[in-house]
Amino acid sequence: MTGTLLRPTRRLSGKADGRAGTRTSARRRRPGYWFVLPAVALFAIFFLYPLLSSLWQSFFSTTGGVSTWVGGAQYMRLFHDPLVGKSLFNVGLILVIQVPLMVCTALGLAYLLNQSWLRFRTGFRAIHFLPAVTTLVAYSLVFRVMLATDGGAVNQMLGMFGMSPVDWLNSEAWSRVALIASITWRWTGYNMVIILAGLQGIPAELYEAARIDGAGRWAIFAKIVIPQLRPVILFSSITSTIGALQLFDENFILTGGGPNNATLTPVLYLYKVGFQQFDFGYASAIAWLLVAIIAVVSVVQFVIMKEKK
Amino acid sequence: MTQTLKKFPVYLVLLVGAVLSIIPFLWMVIASTHTTADVFATPLPLLPGRELWNNLARLQKETNFSQVMLNSLVVAIIYTAFSSVVSAMCGYGLAKFRFRGRGLVLGAVLLTMMIPMQVLLVPLFQMMASLGWVNTFQALILPFLANAFGIFLMRQAFLDFPDSLIESARIDGAGELKTFYRIVMPVARPQLAALMIYTFISQWNSFIWPLLMLNTEDKYTLPVALNTMIGLSRVDYSGLMLGSLLATLPLLLVFIIFQKQFVSGLMGGAVKG
Repeated sequence: MTGTLLRPTRRLSGKADGRAGTRTSARRRRPGYWFVLPAVALFAIFFLYPLLSSLWQSFFSTTGGVSTWVGGAQYMRLFHDPLVGKSLFNVGLILVIQVPLMVCTALGLAYLLNQSWLRFRTGFRAIHFLPAVTTLVAYSLVFRVMLATDGGAVNQMLGMFGMSPVDWLNSEAWSRVALIASITWRWTGYNMVIILAGLQGIPAELYEAARIDGAGRWAIFAKIVIPQLRPVILFSSITSTIGALQLFDENFILTGGGPNNATLTPVLYLYKVGFQQFDFGYASAIAWLLVAIIAVVSVVQFVIMKEKK
Repeated sequence: MTQTLKKFPVYLVLLVGAVLSIIPFLWMVIASTHTTADVFATPLPLLPGRELWNNLARLQKETNFSQVMLNSLVVAIIYTAFSSVVSAMCGYGLAKFRFRGRGLVLGAVLLTMMIPMQVLLVPLFQMMASLGWVNTFQALILPFLANAFGIFLMRQAFLDFPDSLIESARIDGAGELKTFYRIVMPVARPQLAALMIYTFISQWNSFIWPLLMLNTEDKYTLPVALNTMIGLSRVDYSGLMLGSLLATLPLLLVFIIFQKQFVSGLMGGAVKG
């Protein structure tokens, strides 16, 4: 109510205090610039300029140290490059398998860890969150050692159950499984904590009302918990999606993008094209493909969020 | 009785989850106290061995590990300090002042959160090269000092800050800067702490940019140093596990000491709406 009443006046006064205004607002205007200035200057130099430079360079060919204008040729190259296709396919696979798997697991764990009768609640929460405390490169290394084909901890454990060793990091299918398992290990607890915070925001009266109406445990979960958590689950899914699109550390350390590019991601490909082949023009085009995809994801997120409100 | 039986599966699920969460940590600790041969021996060593000090000495000798650790700490701490101040100032300016272009700045901040930093890799690399900043710490710190997420977070924190407090400080004759660091900053301490922890973690984890920028051992940060260790012809796996453990310890300490701020720092304003 008050919001709609205030809006037109605020717009009017905003224009007014751009010129004259009262004495306090006149005094308050100038310092605003000084507070914002450092950030704006840093953004202009280290964000805006490189951003435009990257867009500009994506229209050039830089092979051999000489730049020539090639128009949209680098972008056409994206469509015909099987490695771009493969890296997008790999990420797509993670999005379809890993993100739902992780978000559902995190939701389940958060729900269980929110039960008031649970003993050792704090302890369980801390332990499940522990993986989120590891440094990305360090945990990737630990997984690399544990997943070694000969004598790796995982294969030795499988051996105890009479199973033959799996070539985790050198077979196309298993390397994807290994990558998905590692990311899931690292990020499930993180998402669990976010969902847990969302769960604690659900008013207790809602549960009570449902119980009085005779709703069972599953009915409460499906009719109250899930709908109330929708924005949080959406947030988890979107950040995980964007995280997967930007995947680099884990697959760089685990497999280097191999075998046969089965774990190549767009960012790793960008790194290889730009900093191993020094093809800056094409690397910039790959970067802008990534920007486009992430922009679409963000817009979709924005639209869904708005609809629910 | 039946109640207890019903709860049993819940405890089982949580226990399995806890074991899965903790095994890689345990393995990291155990492996770092054995020789590389033992890390892959059958049966696996299940208890800590006696090689910890040998591994540590070797790690130090081969990779100058204390220097690397110090580099990581220095870069992360300087970055955190400056970046938080820049974020807090900008967030305060956006929340509490009206000036021309404010909407533009706010819009730009929100927009930059959507753009992945990888787009900047090539041009930033060229920029650092032409400035002669390759293999320096300022190349790691300066380009990312203005952090859109941090600015947004601090703006949210300052929006709720009562104007009357700022006004009364002004009436008492305090200048704008003094008002900011004497009155405003102390009140926003919890949010600032969360932001600082978040910033520290992200800098500590930072890999792809330092990987591009650093090329001598004396400047390496932890992730870069660990990465070069796997490039060697004979990989020192137990040393590598010890290095990973030492790279994780500071974050673990921050987590234990500042649990609350740690979590809210990681989440950022995720669960507000």
